[in-house]
Amino acid sequence: MTTMTMAGAINAGLRAAMDRDPKVTLMGEDIGKLGGVFRVTDGLHKDFGDDRVMDSPLAESGIVGTAIGMAMRGYRPVIEIQFDGFIFPAYDQITTQLAKMHYRSRGMIQLPVVIRVPFAGGIGAVEHHSESPEALFAHTAGLRIVSPATPQDAYDLIQQSIACPDPVMFFEPKARYWDKGEVDETRVAAQLDAINGHAAGTAEMGSARVAREGQDVTLVAYGPTVRLALQAAEIAGQDGTSVEVIDLRSISPMDSDSVVKSVKRTGRAVVVHEAPTNFGSGAELSARVTEQAFFHLHAPVLRVGGFATPYPGAKFEHDYLPDVDRVLDAVDRVMQH
Amino acid sequence: MSASGPLSTDGLVQVLTHTGQPVDHPTFSAYAAQLGAEELREMWRDMMLVRAFDNEATSLQRQGELGLWVQSLGQEAAQVGSGRALNGNDFVFPSYREHGVAYTRGVDLVEVLRIFRGLQHGAWDPQAHNFHLYTLVIGSHALHATGYAMAMSRDGMVGNGDADKDGAVVAYFGDGATSQGDVSEALTFATVYDAPVVFFCQNNQYAISESVIRQSRVPIAERARGVGMPSVRVDGNDVIACYAVTQWALDHARSGQGPVFVEALTYRMGAHTTSDDPTRYRDRAEEDYWSERDPIARLDAYLTARGELSDDYRESVAAEAKALGERTRTTVRSWERPDLLTMFDDVYALPHSGVEAERAWFERYQRSFDLQGAAQ
Repeated sequence: MTTMTMAGAINAGLRAAMDRDPKVTLMGEDIGKLGGVFRVTDGLHKDFGDDRVMDSPLAESGIVGTAIGMAMRGYRPVIEIQFDGFIFPAYDQITTQLAKMHYRSRGMIQLPVVIRVPFAGGIGAVEHHSESPEALFAHTAGLRIVSPATPQDAYDLIQQSIACPDPVMFFEPKARYWDKGEVDETRVAAQLDAINGHAAGTAEMGSARVAREGQDVTLVAYGPTVRLALQAAEIAGQDGTSVEVIDLRSISPMDSDSVVKSVKRTGRAVVVHEAPTNFGSGAELSARVTEQAFFHLHAPVLRVGGFATPYPGAKFEHDYLPDVDRVLDAVDRVMQH
Repeated sequence: MSASGPLSTDGLVQVLTHTGQPVDHPTFSAYAAQLGAEELREMWRDMMLVRAFDNEATSLQRQGELGLWVQSLGQEAAQVGSGRALNGNDFVFPSYREHGVAYTRGVDLVEVLRIFRGLQHGAWDPQAHNFHLYTLVIGSHALHATGYAMAMSRDGMVGNGDADKDGAVVAYFGDGATSQGDVSEALTFATVYDAPVVFFCQNNQYAISESVIRQSRVPIAERARGVGMPSVRVDGNDVIACYAVTQWALDHARSGQGPVFVEALTYRMGAHTTSDDPTRYRDRAEEDYWSERDPIARLDAYLTARGELSDDYRESVAAEAKALGERTRTTVRSWERPDLLTMFDDVYALPHSGVEAERAWFERYQRSFDLQGAAQ
């Protein structure tokens, strides 16, 4: 076990993947000598050189489009979009090309491209630097969407994503980059070594994790809101409400089976994410829970998240973003039923 | 016709005039000279077959056998000429009108029609032909071509001075695509990474109804100058010149000197697609002007004047074209829609629980009708 920050865990995971497979190539803006604006690729350019850690022209569509071409020749590009709000120039390439090539070619072309996206807010940034656009991509068939909440999951998931033959969008909760945790480096290594680094065996990639067990309410979160959900569960527990916290880890596929299983026990569900709640992944989860556990529910499924506004200025963000009080408010409301 | 802007004929490479008279070009005649009488006859034959197929597909659309057809009529020289310059290592990223290039890459043209009958979105194995699937989002594939070429460089496929080892990528797109950001980005990426790409723009003068003057105020090849990329403009209805210019461009890219831009000035003699109506936006005089510049007629005149097209040869090609038309009709009409559940196939390479759940539900739903039918 090694203590790592989440940024450090992603860095170590990238390094392990690059050591394992010479076709793994990093591309992005400022990821070379600078090590990325968040330093997630720190030191990799020095050790792997220009050909494996490529500073790209400042054009997101170009980065994704050329990564597609490289993947068609057997490379495994891992690209960095500098900030969530800058992904939209590449939206066309991601949704019309990257997501659909495998289907269009009837399985003849695999595109094992990983798109790393530092996302979500809480860092006092200017416009376009704090957004949570994951639902926009989860709505597109052909993409896998994951988001780690802990250094351990970050370390494992980045390597599983790189090994995956499908395109994966890897949403990194930037406010959690410097959170520390224990990382067992042997688990994912054993898994990937067993399949020569190329995952037919990344089933775990789409699975949720029970982050805390409880009996009264199922509280679902992913990425940046998992820590928040655990804090809320702790406080609720002191008040006599036992909250089970589920970390989805994957938005597409969404492991709603694990949530439904939990809700059938608790009878209550709250989902919390930073993205606006309207048309969000919480709405999808709520629909699935309602369809599959309707007669077990004691209360409507509630959503806690960002508002239906653009992400506001930094002086507003701590009130825009869900916080412990808003989560506890929702827990109280479902407990009233 | 306009003599300035994007339709300017200044500096247009020709080795045959539009009436089929040979003209010398200081650079490209040497490449043209690589073609003997047999190769030139084959080019004529290729263009005849591609046009016959194209006409047959148009008829099949009119008969309701295809949902849509995208004619290549008038662009046979640009496509066959450039396509025949490629070798086995080269890889093509077409747009969606490149049936002539597909033919030169050994794709069975009939298979292309699976797309237009609505059976599937891609209809051939790209690796088997070094010919990628058609891309319908305008200009997107210019970036894929560039990335593929960057990978070829890494794989040691440029600058060996060995025709068996070296290769390049050709990206085909039209005049309309040059207004897309992805094409501009592709020019930038290809240049700064020295990628072996030939950007082959068929300026057919129309993006559906919009004239090329709505896309550019200068000849399109001038775009390349802005990124420091060599470029050449060629008469796209001169099949020999298209071959020569592409051969030159491929030599440049394969040898490791980076990307090249080729603009082939041609004319879309047909409609954009079978859903289009060109009478609403262009006049008969313009169409007549260009039908006098038909690319097949030009090579025909040249070869006929030299006694290189015998009646026997013409008859054998006519018979071949007729047989292709018949095979196209018969095959297309025989295609049934595959099992409905196949629409859930290949969304992902690995199983995805969301897709699998819907497939299972749909299968049960379908079966429920069978059970009702059996009960009656």
